[in-house]
Amino acid sequence: MSKDYEVVIGLEVHAELKTKSKIFCACSTAFGAEPNTQVCPVCSGFPGMLPVLNEKAVDCAIKTGLALNSEIAEFCKFDRKNYFYPDLPKAYQISQYDLPICKGGYLDIDVEGERTRVGITRAHLEEDAGKLVHQGDITTTPFSLVDLNRSGVPLLEIVSEPDMRSAQQARAYMEKLRSILLFADVSDCKMEEGSLRCDANVSVRPWGEQKLGTRTEIKNLNSFRALERAIEYEAKRQMEALEDGEVIVQETRTWDEGKGVTRSMRSKEEAHDYRYFPEPDLPPLRIDRDWVDTVRKSMPEMPVQAGQRLMDQYGLSQYDADLITQSPQNLKFFDETLALYADAKAVSNWMMGDLTRLLNQNGMEIQDAKVKPALLAEMLRLMADGTISGKMAKTVFEEMFVSGLDPQTIIKEKGLVQISDANSLLPLIDEIINNNPKVLQDYKNGKEKAFGFFIGQIMKATKGQANPEMVNNLLKERLNRE
Amino acid sequence: MELHQLTIHELQELLSRKETSALEITQAIFSRIHAVDKQVRAFITLTEEEALAKAREIDNQGEYGRIAGIPLGLKDIFCTRGVKTTCASRILENFVPTYDSTAAGKLFADKGILAGKLNMDEFAMGSSTEQSAFFSTCNPWDFTRVPGGSSGGSAAAVAADEVPFALGTDTGGSIRQPASFCGVVGLKPTYGRVSRWGVIAYASSLDQVGTFAKDVRDCALVMNIISGKDPLDSTSVDLPVPDYSASLDGNVKGMKIAYPREYFQPGIDSQVQEAIKKALIKYEEMGAIVDEVSLPHSEYALPAYYLVATAEASANLARYDGVRYGLRDFEAANVIDMFSRSRAEGFGEEVKRRIMLGSYALSSGYYDAYYLKALKVRRLIADDFSKVFAKFDLIVSPTAPTVAFKIGEQIGDPLTLYMNDILTVPINMAGLPAMSIPCGFHEGMPVGMQLVGPAFGESTLFKAAFAFEQNTDFHTFRPALEVK
Ligand SMILES: [Zn+2]
Repeated sequence: MSKDYEVVIGLEVHAELKTKSKIFCACSTAFGAEPNTQVCPVCSGFPGMLPVLNEKAVDCAIKTGLALNSEIAEFCKFDRKNYFYPDLPKAYQISQYDLPICKGGYLDIDVEGERTRVGITRAHLEEDAGKLVHQGDITTTPFSLVDLNRSGVPLLEIVSEPDMRSAQQARAYMEKLRSILLFADVSDCKMEEGSLRCDANVSVRPWGEQKLGTRTEIKNLNSFRALERAIEYEAKRQMEALEDGEVIVQETRTWDEGKGVTRSMRSKEEAHDYRYFPEPDLPPLRIDRDWVDTVRKSMPEMPVQAGQRLMDQYGLSQYDADLITQSPQNLKFFDETLALYADAKAVSNWMMGDLTRLLNQNGMEIQDAKVKPALLAEMLRLMADGTISGKMAKTVFEEMFVSGLDPQTIIKEKGLVQISDANSLLPLIDEIINNNPKVLQDYKNGKEKAFGFFIGQIMKATKGQANPEMVNNLLKERLNRE
Repeated sequence: MELHQLTIHELQELLSRKETSALEITQAIFSRIHAVDKQVRAFITLTEEEALAKAREIDNQGEYGRIAGIPLGLKDIFCTRGVKTTCASRILENFVPTYDSTAAGKLFADKGILAGKLNMDEFAMGSSTEQSAFFSTCNPWDFTRVPGGSSGGSAAAVAADEVPFALGTDTGGSIRQPASFCGVVGLKPTYGRVSRWGVIAYASSLDQVGTFAKDVRDCALVMNIISGKDPLDSTSVDLPVPDYSASLDGNVKGMKIAYPREYFQPGIDSQVQEAIKKALIKYEEMGAIVDEVSLPHSEYALPAYYLVATAEASANLARYDGVRYGLRDFEAANVIDMFSRSRAEGFGEEVKRRIMLGSYALSSGYYDAYYLKALKVRRLIADDFSKVFAKFDLIVSPTAPTVAFKIGEQIGDPLTLYMNDILTVPINMAGLPAMSIPCGFHEGMPVGMQLVGPAFGESTLFKAAFAFEQNTDFHTFRPALEVK
């Protein structure tokens, strides 16, 4: 990013765990319900209410810990983190302070062909807060409403070491972590719904310097893009400040997506004193090794192993393997398509190209797409046997994406069948050459453009349905005979 | 004897012989309450109509069990569905829970009849019931004296024959000290023996639900009902509950009783000490072996208690912010202002003092010196007790340093007031069961003896307390109330 400074990044990721009920009560965790319909006296902090730990949340934490190569604590405990806010019903959050459930660990990321190991400091369980609903902007709203549906939803906070050196690496870490959480089936990881959230700690230091620079914490990063942009902006801001002889202030900053800047929220001096102390309403949690083994046995294939399988079995590149193992749904699509059409590279190209593009444009997930593996496999087969050209395939694919119709039907409806018959193409080629003697002369004089002109004319005359490869060969032969 | 003077087991007998009805008992209880509570002022809320309706229902069913048809009182810290639960605080003055606390719910399931909610020190913070936001309760033995606290209303109501029994909570002595001051039986069970679910929290690691009764037999009977693991309270313990009534055999032959020298110091009224020493002689006469022991860390218990309890309280009471229920200041300009104004108006002086103390003890930079050190002291205190219980069955001491003091006498002096708990607090710090039973009189006021057992050793307490009761008549004395 700069030749004078090195950027140092650590991420704190909050993943909502995919349990049916909340972490300390029996309320549902389903997203999108009417406000305050998934609440009870426990998660709304009524007098005399006590928490009871949901063991499913512990299962999820153990799974994640195993996937991140962490040590699962035999003994951990919960603590109270005290602060006042209207969306925090008890005015303390039950969290884990000094004895988290997962300690240490790592995950590997690959950026531009270079592998980096990012250390995991810890992962701990905690409860989510509710949310405030304002009338417009928070600073001008006449009143605010409190929705406690989310209060008490289990969260796993995963803290990384400051091992990342670029916004791209941070993004890659986040993507890799997301795929792990998805494969482990512990979180929905929907950043737009807030089930995966991220704060970034960013500092810069002169190259070669061992000591870390003063860091700022950036909040409100709601997408991979926001994460990448915010870190880039913040690193640049810090470097420029240092260049101007300023001192970086340790503070919390918020990312303004619209303006593309980070803004100061509060300084270290204004930071809360959370007055952590052990939660007296919950006994310490002992996780015996049988529990860990049971969870280990139930672990599905993780993206790292799946990616390795794709590279070993099908010779895919690390890059392609990473993309396909972004989510279990992606991998499932790939595996199912490949079972019907055994060209891994072709399947991967179409998945990562047109399919991903269309999904992104429409804000859809792969499992919701009308294009199913069978349709893609059939289309690839028609392409391979020359029935349709690559260009036609793009049209067919877009149509499949919209309608979910099978490629044969689309080809018929749109009249997309490729002309791969030499007997019908040759007279046309003759005719075009004869009608353009000047271009023919250019060709003979060695002008390469002339060849392209003929191809264009032929494709135009056949409304693009001529088999391009065949046209190419036939034209070459014909011209060579001149 | 009139109905309101009887114990649970006496009423039970009359009911089973069909010599009275739940309705008659309930009516008798309410006429007693109407006669004396203007002076005693034990009740914050009465539930007379509901109680009479329930009594009729029970009579119609015609089946009487352990406490079926027996009226009872609850300290106003127990959440009761549809019945105002104030914790004697302005901040919860109009709070009506939608749920019954587990302990109360068990009594109701056993067809106990709620007569009303009893006065207390606000959020159980106090030793005299003078810290109630509403009014002080008077000691039935002498209306110029306090009933003790924080469960003063519960103790006074039982002593004044307003209810046969009542539940209270004990965080640092809040059942035993008022039981001692009012001359009734009061039991604080082992931490984890009775569910805390639905009981408004003061200091979660110390709070324990217990009962006031007119005699030991009633106390055992109530404990049989309310004890046991509650899946809603993770700190309740999953151990079998013995039949406590079965331990009432009056036999203490060979029982090893210890009295700690630290509990018989000059700060403890000499007449109170005298009463306990006489009781110890009585135990020896009954065949028990009595010996002196030391609990060397006792002197640190009180300061450590006030750190742990206030620290937990500072978090437990933070939820009263005016957002979801309870008092809210509607004049506030913004949300922070709303928090602070609601809390400033809603909490009394003592509650504010303890929230401040606790917040301070937990603050960054002070945590290790205060809170963490207090936890270490707590461990040492528990170890002291373990060592004694390796050799002894029971520890005996005075319950409180004095008999009931005068209303207003200590109110301006928090530290003196805190000293009331000096003999009871260590037991909460160690999580042990302890009971106060009447064992004498001084200045015409009852003196209480504290019996302390090993964890989950309630049966030993019942055994020893019952034996003492069988051989003395202190529990039969009742205050001579002027009925107006
Ligand atoms: Zn709930």
